[in-house]
Amino acid sequence: MSQESTATPRMTAEDLLGILRTCAGVADDIVLDEKALDTDFGSLGYDSIALLEVTANLERTFHVDLDDDAIKASDTPRDVISMINGR
Amino acid sequence: MNTSVIVTGFGVTAPNGLGTRDYWSATLAGRSGIDRVSRFDAGRYPSRLAGEVSAFVAADHLPSRLLPQTDHMTRLALVAADLALADANVSSGDADSYGMGVVTASSAGGFEFGQRELQNLWRHGSRHVSAYQSFAWFYAVNTGQISIRHGMRGPSGVVVTDQAGGLDTVAQARRLIRKGTGLVLAGGVDGSICPWGWVAQMAGGRLSRCDDPRLAYLPFDARAAGHVPGEGGAILVLEDAEAAARRGAGPGYGEIAGYGTAFDPRPGSGGAPALPRAMELAVRDAGLSPGDIDVVFADGAAVPALDRIEADAITAMFGAGRVPVTVPKTMTGRLYAGGAALDLATALLCLRDGVIPPTINVTPEAAYGLDLVTRRPRTAPVRTALIVARGEGGFNSAMVVRRPDDE
Repeated sequence: MSQESTATPRMTAEDLLGILRTCAGVADDIVLDEKALDTDFGSLGYDSIALLEVTANLERTFHVDLDDDAIKASDTPRDVISMINGR
Repeated sequence: MNTSVIVTGFGVTAPNGLGTRDYWSATLAGRSGIDRVSRFDAGRYPSRLAGEVSAFVAADHLPSRLLPQTDHMTRLALVAADLALADANVSSGDADSYGMGVVTASSAGGFEFGQRELQNLWRHGSRHVSAYQSFAWFYAVNTGQISIRHGMRGPSGVVVTDQAGGLDTVAQARRLIRKGTGLVLAGGVDGSICPWGWVAQMAGGRLSRCDDPRLAYLPFDARAAGHVPGEGGAILVLEDAEAAARRGAGPGYGEIAGYGTAFDPRPGSGGAPALPRAMELAVRDAGLSPGDIDVVFADGAAVPALDRIEADAITAMFGAGRVPVTVPKTMTGRLYAGGAALDLATALLCLRDGVIPPTINVTPEAAYGLDLVTRRPRTAPVRTALIVARGEGGFNSAMVVRRPDDE
């Protein structure tokens, strides 16, 4: 196994925004960019199943184990970046 | 008290046309949407033709929020529902959300989505299965997604009766409206053109193995040897005629005047097919006699034994050669839960324009005794149409629609 696949990579804001776009799309009236990092997921239009899909993607991409309810609608993208990079 | 229920709009996603205008002009021109399967490599399968909605790009029609969570056929259904509501001039905020329901037909759910996620499970493990799989494969998913998108929280459901489903949903919508729901979206959009769906359909033994799109699906022809599957269908807006008039919707395309359904006897029991009974019930429910029916949109199984049953039912009811019969699905293939809903929309266009669309490619077998409208459309004063639909497993349904100015 290569060094890259075993090390836990650091997550950037663009990583997370890309995962959100892929896993859950973007609501019609939302601009999903760096300015959205402090808006909670509920206000960004993501429901619990969208966040479950995002959680599963984060686990695979960043080699972490997360509970199904690790990300709540009241959390913000910046909370998730801190959580992943703080582990 | 039987409220009059009318169709005030519909949306079509068909292999030979996306949207009513494209579909109807293609259908009158006899233009087929049947071709080689492009959605997967069908080269090593015994059946290689399908009716695909080829011009469809989901992202052009739907928000990106919906794309990761929807099967292809759900995307088609959402677009058909959008088109139907626009056609009926209904916007989601128009009515009490509990006064609008959704009833769709389904045969398999989101099979292509489900296949992909099962492959993810098998190849990569459970953590690689999409959370959306929990509902994206499900029979009721089109009803749910349409309901959520348009805020329709009234009585809703799903009907799983194969090809009969398109009519059965409209009958259920009529029941709901007669019980007080103001507006119901009904119909079906279906499709499972993926390897998993394909082998399931092959197992049914009714798929044509012909490679020539002009010869592969020939109902009521001596060469009939099964059908070509397709994808798409229609979603219709049904309303209480008086409520529609109050909101200024006009008379609509036509009234759902009659409906009948009957289940076949157990195979091998020697019992008579139930199709004639479904047809009789529909005509009687409309308060009509067979002589009042101006055209029959036939089921057109293209399996000789089934064509014989249907032709016998038609000639027994009307007399040999006494009513025009057509099978426009020769241009789309059989759309399963979407098929009869599209036939119903097509019949309403036929009422509107006084023109019967053709059955293409077919040379009618004389022994069936049908006046099949072939080659080109036939102009005729059409006030009423009878739509016939059969679902695999014994389902038989029939529906009579009546032109709005003929009541």
